[in-house]
Amino acid sequence: MLREGLRAYRLIAGMWVRSSMAYRTSFVVTVFGNLTVTGLDFVGILLMFSQVDSLGGWSLPEVAFLYGLSVTSFGIADLVLGSMDVLGARMRDGSFDTLLVRPWPVLAQVGADRFALRRLGRITQGAVVLGWALVSVDVGWSVSKVLLVPVTVVSGAAIFSAVFVAGAAFQIYAQDAAEVQNAFTYGGTTLLQYPPTVFGKDLVRGVTFMVPLAFVNWVPAAYVLGRPYPLGLPPWTAFASPLVAVACCALAGAAWRTGLRSYRSTGS
Amino acid sequence: MSGVDSGFIELDGVEKVFDVRRKTGFMKRAVRQVRAVDAISFRVERGEMVGYIGPNGAGKSTTIKMLTGILTPSAGRLRVAGIDPSRERKRLAHRIGVVFGQRTTLWWDLPLLDSYRLMHRMYRIPDARYRENLDRLVELLDLGALLDVPVRQLSLGQRMRGDIVAALLHDPEVLYLDEPTIGLDVVSKSKVREFLRELNAERGTTVLLTTHDLQDIEQLCKRVMVIDHGCLMYDGPLAGLHEAGESERTLVVDLERELPPIDAPAPARVVRVDGPRQWLAFPAGESAAPLVARIAAEYPLVDLSVREPDIEAVIATMYGEQAERAIS
Repeated sequence: MLREGLRAYRLIAGMWVRSSMAYRTSFVVTVFGNLTVTGLDFVGILLMFSQVDSLGGWSLPEVAFLYGLSVTSFGIADLVLGSMDVLGARMRDGSFDTLLVRPWPVLAQVGADRFALRRLGRITQGAVVLGWALVSVDVGWSVSKVLLVPVTVVSGAAIFSAVFVAGAAFQIYAQDAAEVQNAFTYGGTTLLQYPPTVFGKDLVRGVTFMVPLAFVNWVPAAYVLGRPYPLGLPPWTAFASPLVAVACCALAGAAWRTGLRSYRSTGS
Repeated sequence: MSGVDSGFIELDGVEKVFDVRRKTGFMKRAVRQVRAVDAISFRVERGEMVGYIGPNGAGKSTTIKMLTGILTPSAGRLRVAGIDPSRERKRLAHRIGVVFGQRTTLWWDLPLLDSYRLMHRMYRIPDARYRENLDRLVELLDLGALLDVPVRQLSLGQRMRGDIVAALLHDPEVLYLDEPTIGLDVVSKSKVREFLRELNAERGTTVLLTTHDLQDIEQLCKRVMVIDHGCLMYDGPLAGLHEAGESERTLVVDLERELPPIDAPAPARVVRVDGPRQWLAFPAGESAAPLVARIAAEYPLVDLSVREPDIEAVIATMYGEQAERAIS
């Protein structure tokens, strides 16, 4: 089932990449446009630091560390599943049905829909900022801290992916819900670019326990940077991101199956 | 598994009930149950070619969606090639082909051939089989010159033929066609019909098609099923449908000059006169030839044409009373 899904994903994503190459100039322009826009994103934070020395007590390299982790994780999830917001449109125009008569898992087909390499721009930019942050932060690196960085990026990508899938499942119920999903994914990544200390406690609590985005960077970063844990969480939670990711994916998978079953029994 | 005597497609008391939610105020919703398909039972034997017709919203698409495994029935038993479509959607997908007239499965920006290569890998069709099927289908549907053309540059008729090829590359045992000739020009329509006839005759593929075009049915299907308000209203030969519906064809004749209404043998009769042109209605189940011969012998005939009753009209006259009752 998983192998079949990955194979389907690979084949469909390949078709979309080749489709985008049909308009070569447009592809090149959007890639550059994407790099510029995401690049400007971090410039905003730089501008802020030209006026202040710290943000919620966090220095520029530290904020860059948060930013790099969040944007890289989000970028990976966005590359892999970022077009799931077209699901609502596909359901409205009826083309979702054509996916259901194919011998492939529907999730793989929906995930690979409109696959676009231009999304590599965001990953590139996140990785560059993360790289700069890693050499700039004032931290005594230990083996566990070094290992935690890639583990956090991968777990973060899985958490964001789960949010994408859960959002897609929700779109099956409310067919115009793409914006709700975007609020959690795009909204979430913007939120996580700033330290938790700049936000109200209730928001932090929501982001930690309701939609556990805090495990994308805030909690593990607190360990790496030697800062107090948000909401006074115990230290072991810094290593809990993979577990949180697995739990999120399991929940999202269940939500997806429920959503699909409801579509097949209600037709809407 | 289904035995030798049972049908290839079997429906027993299949129902589909939708909950339709309507906003009646802020956060308030009224839930109304709509019975899209109401206890339908029928059997289709392997190799049959059946027309499935009915007005918009009658339950045609809902039935097709249950037969393809897209929708789960609310009640009843449904089997296609011995498979329960809603439980084994992916296994069934290998054995059925589906063409949705209004939605293409082809890749818009890529050459036609690329979509076929995807099908080749998607359905894991053995190489030799794929090449053989592709060559045969492309030749029959006259698409050879178009394989390298991006789909967005194809005409509607070419794209429909392209979609039919895509649906048949994996040798499905049954082909569902939803409005396969809608919006097509006369040449494309006849190509599609001719192809479907050959497919059915030579490969024994079971074909179930929904259509608004009575000529599709006339030229392709020995058997017609009519659905309205979710119920199966008629299941039998096309000629019987005409009798049941007392539908009439129209003979349009152009005479040399303006004349009093033609004295036609009953039940044929003149229904309209406009200058030298006259319209005669006659039963759809009868041949037009004797009537034409008689008029040609007795009147200065210049030109003539025969108009088929449209499907909506046939069903409307057939079930006018029931429809009225359903409305009130």
